[in-house]
Amino acid sequence: MPKAPAGTLYRGREGMWSWVAHRVTGVGIFFFLFVHVLDTALVRVSPEAYNEVIHTYQTPIVGLMEAGLVGAIIFHAFNGIRIILVDFWGKGPRYQRQMLVGVGVLWVVLMVPFLVRHLSHVFGG
Amino acid sequence: MTATSIAAPRSPRRMRSRTNTELYAWLFMRISGVLLLVLVFGHLFVNLMVGEGINALDFAFVAGKWASPFWQIWDLLMLWLAMIHGTNGLRTIINDYAERDMLRMWLKVGLYTATAITIVLGTLVIFTFDPCPAEAAAHLLPSFCPAP
Ligand code: HEM
Repeated sequence: MPKAPAGTLYRGREGMWSWVAHRVTGVGIFFFLFVHVLDTALVRVSPEAYNEVIHTYQTPIVGLMEAGLVGAIIFHAFNGIRIILVDFWGKGPRYQRQMLVGVGVLWVVLMVPFLVRHLSHVFGG
Repeated sequence: MTATSIAAPRSPRRMRSRTNTELYAWLFMRISGVLLLVLVFGHLFVNLMVGEGINALDFAFVAGKWASPFWQIWDLLMLWLAMIHGTNGLRTIINDYAERDMLRMWLKVGLYTATAITIVLGTLVIFTFDPCPAEAAAHLLPSFCPAP
């Protein structure tokens, strides 16, 4: 297997990092979805089984993981729209950078109310 | 081969029938992405932000939603689109990083198996679901279930 020589890490700019983040969040969401379909399938077993498993999720650690997951989805979704605009909108490539800033702004605007609500449930009982 | 032959420049590595599969996969990622934005954000908003939020999640909540064909179709579409979108994304990633042919093949076999199981299981759950199972304790059920 050909290996790149050491010390040649390519440091792309925002384009490369947004691509890395899009990839990492995409994989993370996929594995979550797999587990999420399995746990939801417990409604077919019995109400008790479902409620019991959902109840075990109500811990601070899982609560923080849920917050991370929502953050990942919001980034992936808006950055996905950015990718689509770069591909199909004539001026997309020229404004890709501004659009990434837009993704960040939307991310904050949605995450703040979500975190206030979610973390007050998680830590406030 | 007796003499070393050099292939003409830009000749394909393997002769195979030319298809547009990758183009359709690329297009599908974009179309499903736009639909998923609506489906997933709606899902998160209704389940986490409306009413009691995540603390309200239990069997009765799910049963209440799936009693309506609207949410059945919503969740069905979301399941299929997200699974196919995610699977195709992972296929790209496997192609990018798994360089050995055998490894690449087995990773994809594993991926497609997991995807098929998840889609079939999820679809069956949505459509064979009974919001008022007869043997269950009444206080766990949605309020519209007939009293036992
Ligand atoms: C919420 C709305 C979503 C939007 C707008 C969206 C959009 C996109 C777009 C445009 C791509 C790029 C495809 C390409 O480069 O050809 C992509 C890749 C990907 N998406 Fe999504 N997506 C969404 C949700 C999801 C979900 C729910 C999952 C997981 C089940 C997921 C997993 C992936 C993966 C694994 C990739 C491949 C990343 C890569 O090749 O680097 N996406 N998405």
